Amino acid sequence: MTTGQATTEGLTLPSYERPVGVHPPLDTPEYRSTLLRSPKRAPVRLPHGLTEVTGPLLGAERVTAGDADLTSRHASEPLGERMILTGRVLDSDGRPVPDTLIEIWQANASGRYAHGVDDHPAPLDPNFDGAGRCMTDSLGRYRFVTIKPGAYPWKNHLNAWRPQHIHFSLFGRAFTQRLVTQMYFPGDPLFAQDPIFNSVPDPRARERLICQFDLEVTEPEWALGYRWDIVLRGREATVFERASERGEHQ
Amino acid sequence: MTLGLTPSQTVGPFLAIGLPWPDGPDVVDLATPGAITISGRVLDGAGEPVPDALVETWQAAPDGSFAHPDDPRGGGDPHFRGFGRSATDTAGRYNIVTLRPGPFPGRDGGTEAPHLDVSVLARGLLDRVVTRIYFADEEAANAADPVLATVDPARRGTLIATPEPGGQAGRFRFDIRLQDPQETVFFDV
Repeated sequence: MTTGQATTEGLTLPSYERPVGVHPPLDTPEYRSTLLRSPKRAPVRLPHGLTEVTGPLLGAERVTAGDADLTSRHASEPLGERMILTGRVLDSDGRPVPDTLIEIWQANASGRYAHGVDDHPAPLDPNFDGAGRCMTDSLGRYRFVTIKPGAYPWKNHLNAWRPQHIHFSLFGRAFTQRLVTQMYFPGDPLFAQDPIFNSVPDPRARERLICQFDLEVTEPEWALGYRWDIVLRGREATVFERASERGEHQ
Repeated sequence: MTLGLTPSQTVGPFLAIGLPWPDGPDVVDLATPGAITISGRVLDGAGEPVPDALVETWQAAPDGSFAHPDDPRGGGDPHFRGFGRSATDTAGRYNIVTLRPGPFPGRDGGTEAPHLDVSVLARGLLDRVVTRIYFADEEAANAADPVLATVDPARRGTLIATPEPGGQAGRFRFDIRLQDPQETVFFDV
């Protein structure tokens, strides 16, 4: 399979699919912070050139042993419900995305972030900073050990509360695949009033932000297990790949 | 098989817990020969600084190469990180130290002028917004750039980094305005 070659007419490069109806509209007035921050003009379509089909291949130098276990980085264990969170990073063709950096951050069990801007009057936990990192393995798998984050109030509207969530940042293998998102927990009663969760227009796409409880991942006498797969943009087949599938070329 | 994509969500106000790296703004060390700085402010629709944004850059090496398997030309210096990441400060200011990227062939022919791809993430942005940084002193290359050619000429200036007024050589200014009236051109990538 040839992913590209230089020609006098330019370069033969992969293209990445352009998602329609998956991501939230930037202008979502129910989430008040969008009002002054969302661009008003239509974006200009950018062809996928070399800068877009490549991307930082940040490696293991960004991760140290223990970064994937948010419960073991301090003098004692944090308070809260210990949990294992595992899954795979795939592209939309179902291919694993190996060796890619995942960064997460979250509130502690009482719904407080270890950040100076967070003024929620819930206790900080000296044994929890809420940041984690890991690399996917050769099959695109990742695994974190953490505690379940608490829900917390915010000032978006009267009596506004964020559902329990963990923030995720992923690079994939190309600039086009960069994704920052939030993972939620099954059955959260706060979904209905959360404008960030509901900013995703398609209810089926919204469901893909929710992890699943998994008894197979759960470790007896130790921690609950959750599973969440993340799907990044896949490639459109190139002319060469399509021809190859028809058996016209080698 | 086609799997549904995972939707984007905002980075939120607490990104500083998880995303900044001590060496994030330093694509190269400032002492590297040829190092330049690109700095500026991220501003909202009221012209106020955005103090909780993250600006990320991705670019070619000075010879126009990418150390990446999908660059069909091969080569590329694996020691050149090419990636910069800077959280904004209370004044909305970010700062990237890097080397000037080189030009390289465009996808559909022609030559792409030296540029950096930029992602901006912030509370209030439900998805990243993407822009590009070009250089004011690359007039001929910019005039031939196939991407700039698709941008309304009246707005192209929002994509051009300018020499810092009264600054030393190699110091560039690039402000990012998220919303009218001088809104930066953003790309659908």
